[in-house]
Order: sequence, then C-alpha cells, then structure tokens
Amino acid sequence: MIAFADLLERLVFTPGRLAKLALLRRYFATVPDPDRGFALAAITGALKFPTAKAGLIRELAAARTDPVLFDLSYDYVGDLAETVALIWPERPTNAATPSLSEVVATLASAAKADLPAIVATWLDASDASVRLALLKLITGGLRVGASGRLAKTALAELGQGISADDIEEVWHGLTPPYGELFAWIEGRGPKPDPRHAPVFRAPMLAHPLEESDLADLVAAEHRAEWKWDGIRVQLVATQGGRALYSRGAEDISGAFPEILAGVAFHAVLDGELLVMRDGVVAPFADLQQRLNRKSVTAKMQRDFPVHIRLYDMLFDGAEDLRRLSFDERRARLEAWFARTQPARMDLSEQIAFSSLEDLAELRHAARAASIEGLMLKRADSPYVPGRPKGLWWKWKRDPLSIDAVLMYAQRGHGKRSSYYSDFTFGLWRGDELLPVGKAYFGFTDEELVMLDKFVRNNTTQRFGPVREVAKSMVVEVAFDAAQLSTRHKSGVALRFPRISRIRTDKPAAEADQLETLLALVERS
Amino acid sequence: MAPHPQTWLKLLSQGLYCEPGGFFIDPLRGVERAVITHAHSDHARPGHAHALCSPATRDLMQARMGQGAPATIEALSWGERVTMGGVGISLHPAGHVLGSAQICLEYQGSRAVISGDYKRTADTTCDGFAPVACDVFVTEATFALPVFRHPDPLAEIRRLLASVALFPERTHVVGCYALGKTQRLIALLREAGWDRPIHLHGALAPLCAIYEAHGVRLGDLRPATVAAKSDLVGGIVLAPPSAVADRWARRLAEPVVAVASGWMRVRQRAKQGGVELPLVISDHADWDELLATLDDVGAPEIWVTHGREDALIHAAGLRGIKGRALRLVGYGEGEEE
Ligand SMILES: [Zn+2]
Ligand SMILES: [Zn+2]
Repeated sequence: MIAFADLLERLVFTPGRLAKLALLRRYFATVPDPDRGFALAAITGALKFPTAKAGLIRELAAARTDPVLFDLSYDYVGDLAETVALIWPERPTNAATPSLSEVVATLASAAKADLPAIVATWLDASDASVRLALLKLITGGLRVGASGRLAKTALAELGQGISADDIEEVWHGLTPPYGELFAWIEGRGPKPDPRHAPVFRAPMLAHPLEESDLADLVAAEHRAEWKWDGIRVQLVATQGGRALYSRGAEDISGAFPEILAGVAFHAVLDGELLVMRDGVVAPFADLQQRLNRKSVTAKMQRDFPVHIRLYDMLFDGAEDLRRLSFDERRARLEAWFARTQPARMDLSEQIAFSSLEDLAELRHAARAASIEGLMLKRADSPYVPGRPKGLWWKWKRDPLSIDAVLMYAQRGHGKRSSYYSDFTFGLWRGDELLPVGKAYFGFTDEELVMLDKFVRNNTTQRFGPVREVAKSMVVEVAFDAAQLSTRHKSGVALRFPRISRIRTDKPAAEADQLETLLALVERS
Repeated sequence: MAPHPQTWLKLLSQGLYCEPGGFFIDPLRGVERAVITHAHSDHARPGHAHALCSPATRDLMQARMGQGAPATIEALSWGERVTMGGVGISLHPAGHVLGSAQICLEYQGSRAVISGDYKRTADTTCDGFAPVACDVFVTEATFALPVFRHPDPLAEIRRLLASVALFPERTHVVGCYALGKTQRLIALLREAGWDRPIHLHGALAPLCAIYEAHGVRLGDLRPATVAAKSDLVGGIVLAPPSAVADRWARRLAEPVVAVASGWMRVRQRAKQGGVELPLVISDHADWDELLATLDDVGAPEIWVTHGREDALIHAAGLRGIKGRALRLVGYGEGEEE
C-alpha cells in the first residue's frame, strides 16, 4: 500500500498531464504483480468489493481518541477519513504495512464482524498517507487524480509499439489484477485475446479543415454529413455482452440503459449521442443533464430522451468492416439498418452537393445550435483508428462573437497557476453589466501576460481567490453557439467560449448589449 | 509562600508584562524594555528602546530590522542570569530557530517559563529545547490538534529528492520562510546527501550568512536570480512562499512547486495555492511534542499564548493541569511556518 498511497497523493496534487504520466509510469514499472494490477483496477474503477460504511471508521476512531479532541479535529479537517488517518494513535505492532493485494483479498472475503479488528491492525501498521488511502478504499470514497485512460497511456509507454488504443481493444475482456496485460506489455506474453467481450475499438477522428486545405479537396471524392453537437459514442454488442463507450473509452452504459435495452443485434456502431424530441435535436445543455451519472431515473429518461445518430459501422456481427471503404461501409450500414430497424437510432443524413462552394453555402446557412458544422469524409477511406491525415475533415461553422467586458478573474491551474487566466465576462443590460460566461483559453501567451497585468493593476475587490476588476477591458469572445439556459443568471449559455481578441481599442461602454447575444440564440 | 505568577506577570494590550521587572516579553508594539524569545517578525517587533535576548537573536534582529531594531540590545548566553527589579531572568534554548529562547523568570521563589515558539525534533541549525521545571509554563499552541503529528523531516526530504530524480528536466522550488525553515531545509538536504549547489531567492540569502557566522555550515549556496535558467534545471531552488506562488517562479523551468510547512499535513490546506509537492516539515512542536513538553516541565498550570488553545487546554485538563488562554492576537502572523 505504501507505493500506492504515495502515487495517489502525488496524483492529487499534480496538475500536469505529463507529470501524472511520469508518476504512473514509475509506479507500474517498479511495483510488482499483483499489486500494480489492483492499483490499475482502482484507478480505472474496476475494483469491486463490498465497501464498509463510514460509521465503521468513526467507531474505530472513537474507541481510541478523546471525543472532544476528535470533534475539534474533525471540525478543522473537514473530512472523516482524513481526520481518522491523521489522528489515529498507533499502537505498537509487529504487523507489516498491508499490501494492496492483501487489502483487496481480505475485503472481498472477510466477515463483516471481523472487519473492525482487521482494519484497526492495518491502521496501526501504516503511516498517515497509507491510512488515508486505506480508509478511502474501504469506504468506497477513493478519488484518483488520473483517469483510466491516462493510466492506460502510461502503461502503453512502458511497452514496445503498444498504444493506449491497443490496450483499450483488449481491456474490456480483462479482469484485475491483469497479469496477462502486464505480461504482454513487458514482452513476456502474447497479446490477450478478448474473445467475445464487448471491447472498445479506437475511433477514427477528423482533422479541422482550414481554408488553406480547401484548394486540395476534390468534391466528388468526398461525402458530407452534418456534425452534430452531442457526444461521440461507440455501441458494441457481441455474443459476450453489450456496452456503450464514450470517445475516450469510458463505459457509459449505466447512464443510458434505454439505449442498451433496445439492442437485439451484434454489431459495433459509431454515432453521436443526442437528446431528441420528435425527431428534433435538443441543445447540448439537455444532454449534459444525462452525462456523468452512474445510474438514471425513469423521469430523467422521459424528460431527456436519448438517441444515437449513426455515422459508421465497424463490425457487422463478427465481421470486421474497418478495411472497407467509407462508401462500402455506408452501404452495409444502410442495409443493416433497414433489416434491423434498431430502436432509438437513425442514420446520419448524407448531404448532396456538387461543389465545395455548395457546401460552404450550406455550412454558412446552418444556424441550428445543434449543428456544429460539416464533416467531410473521403469516399474511399478505410476506418483508421486515431486521427489519420487527409481522410476525414471537420469543417466547423464560423464562430459567433460578442464584445464583452472583463468582470472577474481567477488564477489558472498547473503551469498557469501564477497567472490570472480564468476570466468571467459580461454584457450590458441598460447600465448594468451581467456576467454571461467564463473563458480560460483562446488568447496567446503575450495576451495572457497582458490580461494578467491588467487584473493585477485593476483589482477593485477580492472574494477569496476571485478578483473583481475595474470594468474597463473589452475582449472579443468567440463561441460556437448560444443556447437558452435557466441555470445562468443571464438566461444564456455559450458553447466553447474563448477569448479571441483583446479590444483595447474599444471603450467598455461600447461593448455589446445582452440583447445582441439573445438575438444569436437558436432553438433547433 | 511564593506569589503566584499571575500576581507579577500581567496581560496588557502590548503583551505579557512583568510588573516588578518593568519589561514586556515579545511585546506587540514598541516599548521601553523588551525581552525577546526569537527574531521572527511576529515576536520581534520594531520600535523598542532596550531589548534583552540571545546573541544570535541580537544578530538576526540587527540584520533584519535596520532602523526598527532596538536602540540597545543586551545579549545573554544560555543559562546566564541577570536581575531586573528583583526578577531573575535567564534564557534556555527553545529549538525553534537559531537563537530562539525560552525565557525563565524567577520572582520571590516562584518561576514562570515563557516558551516562545518551540519544537522538540532534532535540528542541526539551532540548539535543542531544554525543559525547565516551573510553576507556570507559558506555551505556544500553533499545531495543538491531535491531527498534527509531524513525520520524520528527513523522510520528507527524501520525498523531495525522489521527485527531483523523477523529473530531472524540471526545477523544484520549495516555498519556505527566510528565518529558520530555509536554513533547516538546507541542512536537511545536506544530511540527506544533496551536495550540489542550492539556489536561493534573494530574500533568503542574508540570514543564511548569519547562520554561517554562528557556525551552521550550509554548503554551496547560489543566488537564483542571476543564475541562468538552465543551471536550475534538475536543481532545487528555495524561495519565500509569496514568490513561489507568483510571477517570480515563472523564470524557472516547469517548476514543481513544493511547500515545507506543518500545515501541509492537512490536504485541503495543502491544496490551496497550487502546491504540487507538500512537505510536512515544521519548526513548531506537533501535538505529541506539546504534550510531552507539558510532562517534562511538570508545571501545574499552563498559559497558552497563541494557536489552538481549546484543544491543548482540554488535553492539559485531562492530565490534571490547569489551563488559561491568553489569546495574544498578533503572534503566528506573517512569518510562521
Ligand atoms: Zn517563530
Ligand atoms: Zn510565533
């Protein structure tokens, strides 16, 4: 547990992705099996054992500490597991600090009545950092400062010619402590065979299309579809089971049971998950209500009905279609769709066009908030994992923009923690400024230095970490869409707001009115 | 019968006042006569006419305070005794920072010891705490909660060195205060085998020279301000916490921000301010040391100057020791931990 607790502690405090990767790599390279496998399971959320109630650790602490001192401490620390970890008065013991695998095995098999004594012995044999990891693990409150994807990326870097996507392709057929997986990565064993498990396949991604790329494109060699503003998903249904994955290989099946309930086929499909009502795509804010949930109520399913708009087909039954051309796959997808009539799905429409000018026109005219732009796909493109060059393009529509006034600023994170880089901006309603959004990016490094300096020299009030600034700096904020929102004071939510320009040329009084933004709201 | 210390040690708005002696201890404002425990700015305030303290504290005060330093300073070596208005005064090491003293006052057969700030963990940069038996022990309580139990400082330093080894392309910058923590970190780094140069923010260098003058060897120290950025890659830089969190740190190569403080023990506290590597290294007594000290000095009564007096007085009560909170507002500010 010592190395695992140390890893957790470092990950919690480390903001940078590369630094997190280095920490994970070192852990996986230096900790032996099966401990590192159980750690991988803990990070990816695959560790399963009956967890203990918080009451158990409270009672353990109560038996060894003065109640007044405990309450004063809990009051100060604010977290029960951390309070117990820090306050725990160790009794001398000959027991060694338990290993992660010992903890996992014991928790899986121990009788409930034996747990308090077992845990007390573990706590006696551990230091505060290990105690905290232990207590969080036991009560199911473990938060890891790294995603499962990041752990797999670190793991892949330890192997030769293995990518995180390769690991994803076998991942869902594996179980902790992943001995097979480590053997393969370290060149001691074959690639694990997922057999019929519903594993994730790395998706094919598109490059953003710049104006300069247009000249080289031949209209007839490409197919066009709308790019919808939902989340890209992969639906996998095999003999071994079914699962819905996000683009980042996260299993999100639990949040969308109605999608999986309708699956009565074997296929691997690529599409966009959307909230749809009567065939009309709802704003992204509606879909957001359904994201990041482990389970979902019947009411949520009714209020925010989800649907998959199908883009592509990777497998038909057990047949791998990924080597076929886009046109061939599309034909297979259409035939399959006609035959199967899957519930809660439709086909992404193919847009007819004869020239790129036609397309530019269409793209420009599309103002429904749920459309982000166009996708252009080479008719002969195989389904290649990752972001291959020159096969698929995303042609986002031109951003909308407003001139807004800087209102508040906060320090950024990680590398940016010495800069004020998180900005809240607002628009005028009469002579009052109303905050309409926050932006963390879009500006150049030089612009950031300038904004930071402005904030430091023009702070009027402080609220904890937030600085209010003089209402004198105008910034151009670009965004992809504006949508009505009851959760924002201004009544509007912006998609992907970013600071595209600093308008030192513009006095604050000439920044936009809220009405201007409301006029840009589209209801699809 | 000897008079109870509360009859001759009074709490005035300027601080703790010894009436028959006519002097204050660590007064919060400028006074005629002051006895100073140590040179931290919350204990050694500017504007006193005469002061009594240890020789190292005298040197540190003169270096730091310039015009604000007391007009005359009398230095007393450990255990040496002077008398003022019938009150015997002697100084005994407190183990907090270089020169830090406990002040032992004796009046008509009763004895009070004022600890100032102190710790019990070994520290090669200052003399170790010497318990003095007394009737009233006036103690600090900065970390007086049972959750504060400082780990072995060398183990914390080894965590820092492990991080330096893991991220050789980055610069580790440790936030620490100029007096005490800086020199202790340097000494611990040397003890752990780090013999490469240590780079210092300009604000930290002058006091290191005074430590050296008092026989504390700190090794190869270099200014971080003029050193080329590339010299600092893979190295260790010490800087005041305010500089670490601010623009100063931008000159460093992808800094790993570490902060060395007893407060780092609690995660929530450590997470504020973008600390990437919290190191639990403190110049104050932790909970166990505070309680051990109560046992060692054997005083039937304690007065608590500043910190978490509620927990300490409760714990003293459980030991049959009477407790009183002085609530001296002004200690523990600015330059602590
Ligand atoms: Zn101090
Ligand atoms: Zn102090």
